Amino acid sequence: MADALLTIENLHKRFGDVEVIKGVSLQVPKGDVACIIGPSGSGKSTLIRCVNALVPFEQGSVKVLGIEVNDPKLDKLKLRRHVGMVFQQYNLFPHRTALQNVMMAPMQVLKRPRAEVEAEAHALLKKVRLENKAHAYPGELSGGQQQRVAIARSLAMRPDLMLFDEVTAALDPETVGEVLITIRQLAEEGMTCVLVTHEMNFAREVANEVYFTDRGVIVEHAPPAQFFGNPQDERTKTFLSQVL
Amino acid sequence: MNALAPIADWFRHLNATTGINFTVFYDPFDATRFVHGLWVTIELSVVTIIASVLVGVIGAWGQGVKSAWVRGVTWSYVELFRNTPPLVQIYFFFFGLSAVLPHTHNGFGMAQPLIGGFAWASISLALYAGSFNVEIFRSGIEAIPHSMLEAAEALGYTRRQTYLNVILPLGLRICLPALTNNLVNLIKTTTLAYAIAVPELLYVSNQIWSDAENVPEMMILLFIIYIILVGILVALMHWWERSLRRPGLGT
Amino acid sequence: MSDLPVFPKLPAALRPRARAGLSFALPRLTIWHGFGLTALLLICASVAQAANPAPLQKSIFATLVQWTPLLLRGFLLNIEISFLSMAMGTILGIALGLGLVAQTKPLRQTSWALTQFFRNAPWLALLFFMIYLLPYHMRIGGLHISLPDWLKAVVGLGLPVMANVAEIVRGGVRSIHPGQWEASESLGFTRNQQLFSIILPQAFKRMLPPWMNLYAILTTNTTLASIVGVNDVVTRAGQVLAAAGNNPGLLAPVYAYVLLLFFIYTYPVAIATRRLERRTKVRI
Repeated sequence: MADALLTIENLHKRFGDVEVIKGVSLQVPKGDVACIIGPSGSGKSTLIRCVNALVPFEQGSVKVLGIEVNDPKLDKLKLRRHVGMVFQQYNLFPHRTALQNVMMAPMQVLKRPRAEVEAEAHALLKKVRLENKAHAYPGELSGGQQQRVAIARSLAMRPDLMLFDEVTAALDPETVGEVLITIRQLAEEGMTCVLVTHEMNFAREVANEVYFTDRGVIVEHAPPAQFFGNPQDERTKTFLSQVL
Repeated sequence: MNALAPIADWFRHLNATTGINFTVFYDPFDATRFVHGLWVTIELSVVTIIASVLVGVIGAWGQGVKSAWVRGVTWSYVELFRNTPPLVQIYFFFFGLSAVLPHTHNGFGMAQPLIGGFAWASISLALYAGSFNVEIFRSGIEAIPHSMLEAAEALGYTRRQTYLNVILPLGLRICLPALTNNLVNLIKTTTLAYAIAVPELLYVSNQIWSDAENVPEMMILLFIIYIILVGILVALMHWWERSLRRPGLGT
Repeated sequence: MSDLPVFPKLPAALRPRARAGLSFALPRLTIWHGFGLTALLLICASVAQAANPAPLQKSIFATLVQWTPLLLRGFLLNIEISFLSMAMGTILGIALGLGLVAQTKPLRQTSWALTQFFRNAPWLALLFFMIYLLPYHMRIGGLHISLPDWLKAVVGLGLPVMANVAEIVRGGVRSIHPGQWEASESLGFTRNQQLFSIILPQAFKRMLPPWMNLYAILTTNTTLASIVGVNDVVTRAGQVLAAAGNNPGLLAPVYAYVLLLFFIYTYPVAIATRRLERRTKVRI
């Protein structure tokens, strides 16, 4: 696939003596949504942290829009303009308002003019349906609202690829839905997304391809209908029977 | 001066009738030296507060650098100054180091140390309080969750940008109460300058009560003034803390 | 579902190892600490020797060794004062601290005023206060008590310790989650039972590190007693300097030596405090 936006080839990652990723390869075409599922400790979070160079890796290749991440001379800023990331714990900056959280990186990292950034930030907050909370501090927002601000904050960098690391895992059940709606909306607009998630129904509805990882390898991957309807591997079947 | 005359008369009357003798309120000589002592204490406090915070910031940076040598020097400084008596530190600087430093000669041809008592007291107290500030700032920085730094990195912040926009504002808010506490202690510790004859408040009070034999009165005055000085600092720091307060952040 | 609380059972390997008493917090001083300190002293001595403006009859090192017994006797007095002040301050401070969390308003306000006064007054000023205002002799009934200066210093240093201990007690009680009060109240405990059998035992662990910290600060502040004429290690250092002929080259080494004595004594306390702190740290 020549036009893949994200290409991972034979990625290996070890922490000390423990190899947590043992040769993973996958490709995400532009506009696709890839969901990575699997039991805890299977290396899912580490995998997407490798994609935007938060975690260095020893062996293999990760290419985003042709930029090789495993390059000692990598300009990390150049990479991160293209890759947005949303975390399980939101990680909003608690001393800044929602609006300021969205505006900080474009102004300080990309050095774009304030007026332009502010207009765009308001538009982004509107998109995640939080325009009325622009001047609230993270401490005044619910988990789901904070997570939507975090999504807007990442989008403000105008990324080509969005990474979501179990973004609903820390949320109250009633606010999970509002975050998933936001992500689905993004996917429908054509944003390329890689999600690590435990929301099987969401993966079934939104994903173009579902990957099942266990003990550092991709056990099986397929489009959702086939993956959930007719899993091949024994480990996948066991896992699905436990979570569905 | 005339406006103060009734006050002076009242305290003179108080002394005549009850023997409660606040000389500083009616005796111009005592009043002058007392005000001068108060001024020296304020100067000493302001200078050492600013210097000790600077020392703390530099030291906290020194504990985080890559060079093991710089880290080792910072660590030794902090441990040595935290765990030894400030009074002996002042003696060490004022007597010990002053003795080995070259002397200048004043207009009368008398030997005069290069650095005087006030300066040595300032240096010594700033280093003492600074060693506590290093630890306070470091613990503030360490209390910031690692995931917050990861988020900044993912947004493309450089190390310097992360430090200025995330670590510093958050760390400051976390360590402000501890800093206030230490600076209050510093104001109280400026009294140690007494030991090397810096004419600060305690020193001039001692002169006054030696002359006028009014120890209890001077003591009460002294305590009231220190409580006011500490109160001003605490009020300023609380005002600063409040202006930095954000909903849901801290207690 | 049961209403009883469920405590997850950790596998034995993951369970924190039970350790006896406080032994875990005691610092393990290695031979390297000793080497480091000796090296420091030698450096101080040789720097002073090199910079010495006037020649000495004896080497600085020999002088220090010669006067060590005298200095140590002074240092012992510092330690004794620190023990007594700490004991006095702790006992009075716990009482005052309980006053700070008392439910009767007058008691709480009186305790607050006392605490604020003794916390905000400079240690040296309090020391002067006690030296001047306490009588040399006291007669209580038929009992005749004499108060030497060092004992007045104990009182003078004990008062700020008391105020700080009171704050530590208050902070410790406050640090316990309000749910603990509610839970014990709903179980029918009286206020005193709640305080002494539920809250204080939990708060104790959190009060210990700041209390040890206070002891370290008190120990270094016992040197203030020298200013009011107590024959402690700093006074002795002055005597040593006079006996050695007031040589200016000796000033730095002798005071460095006194600093070192305190460092050797206080540093292990500081390490132990930090270990305890790390174990009881509350994450935000």
